[in-house]
Amino acid sequence: MKRMTRIAAVGGLLLVAITSTGCSSLGVQPWERDILAQREMLLDDESITLGLDDHIYFSKEATSGGRSFSGGGCGCN
Amino acid sequence: MQLTPEKKIRGALVAATCTLLGHAAPAVADEGDWSFDSAVLYYNETDRVTAIEPVFTARRELVDDGLLDLKLVFDSLTGASANGAMPSSQPQTFTRPSGNGFYTTPVGETPLDDTFHDTRGQVSANWIRWLGTDWKMTLGGNVSSEYDFQSVAANALFARDFNKRNTTLSFGLSLESDSMDPVGGVPTPLMRMITEGSTGAVESVPNTPGLDTDDVDYRDSSESKTVTDFLVGLTQVVDRETVVQLNYNYSITDGYLNDPYKLVSVIESDPAATNYGDPLYHVYENRPDSRSRHTVYVGGKRWFDGDILNASYRFMTDDWGIDSHTIDVRYRWKFSDQQYIEPHVRWYSQSAADFYSRGLLDTDAIPTEVSADYRIGEMTATTIGAQYGYAFSENSEFRFRLEYYSQDSNESDSGSNVAIGSQQAFDLYPTVDATIVQFSYSFKF
Repeated sequence: MKRMTRIAAVGGLLLVAITSTGCSSLGVQPWERDILAQREMLLDDESITLGLDDHIYFSKEATSGGRSFSGGGCGCN
Repeated sequence: MQLTPEKKIRGALVAATCTLLGHAAPAVADEGDWSFDSAVLYYNETDRVTAIEPVFTARRELVDDGLLDLKLVFDSLTGASANGAMPSSQPQTFTRPSGNGFYTTPVGETPLDDTFHDTRGQVSANWIRWLGTDWKMTLGGNVSSEYDFQSVAANALFARDFNKRNTTLSFGLSLESDSMDPVGGVPTPLMRMITEGSTGAVESVPNTPGLDTDDVDYRDSSESKTVTDFLVGLTQVVDRETVVQLNYNYSITDGYLNDPYKLVSVIESDPAATNYGDPLYHVYENRPDSRSRHTVYVGGKRWFDGDILNASYRFMTDDWGIDSHTIDVRYRWKFSDQQYIEPHVRWYSQSAADFYSRGLLDTDAIPTEVSADYRIGEMTATTIGAQYGYAFSENSEFRFRLEYYSQDSNESDSGSNVAIGSQQAFDLYPTVDATIVQFSYSFKF
């Protein structure tokens, strides 16, 4: 449990650090989003395929979630 | 539909700022526009499970500047699934989950329950709404039903943009409630499976405190569990061609976490016995009644002059003692205006749960928690394949995916304390191979 708490704390700190400092120098101007606006550059483009993969691996392995919520709504595991 | 400059700008903003944590990204569409996506998955394991899964999604731009996503999924499963028991030098007979009849496993083979058969239907909906200029809210619901399992879930996700919308911070909560009604009822954990030839009441398992013969025939009709998920995410536009994502997911599952159809074999450990190493009987597994998981996910996309690299890494650790690593890489090679090929490689590795055991010796006390389900054992899995895509027009696209999936146990026969006697001649950790085929078609009007 101690280990998990430590992982959670490190993760939280990382998020805050990146949000408050590191990210401010990154990014583009609004008129530079032509490539990022394309559908295939969306992080969950082809959400159907991602969902089907989640279902396969949820039923065959001990890990789910991360990219999204971990619940499966399925009795396969 | 032709995109207006306004739509293009909005699409750009949406694409770059949406955190996409478990929810479909909003399409760029006019009010009232519909877009559809459909797919049929065929999943086939060698000598085991076959699944056919059609999926249909619809997305509508709402008049009040929101989006509505609807999703329908159907599953049809047939075939055989490992019941957890160990092989034997004698044919083994197991009771069917319903309690009516038996199935027999030949000498030396991994026992498979060949009655595995189910049909599942799932409906889910997401409502996405912008709140002012910087906030976005997503509310979702999900209902799923199959013969022995029902699930209801609701989730909420809030996203806030920063840094000229180059940075998005998200947080969300999901609550899921599941109920299970196993075929034949819920078996009492750690009790022997009644097999052919058993007469009268089956005696209790030796060395199992708290259980006696009165428990043998007792079966609950149903059990339940809840899943609570917290999600925090950060999406960052790095440059004109790169976007990355970092998520942290904390999940707590409480309730009945056993697989009611899974067994653990207790084998003969006396070297002088003629059936040395063979299973004497099988008990129903028992897992802890709670599980908490921490998951960190890092992923991103990078544009390379028309091609796209999509890579991610995920680390999970839980209080069952399982750690896992997942690496997923796809490269979309757009070799013409209308066509692309996308090779895909996925590598997965997990350690075993603390209570995982391939089997038990008859001289050992039955642990209070034990499971022989290979899915919580130490394993490595690889997926390799590719997808081909063909765009008929800006509004319709066909895709075909073919992949090969292989699971190899990292447990070794030599390292197992139950690889004794007859078991030394058997494959205790067989590889599971599967073929994945998928046809997809998306269109909008």
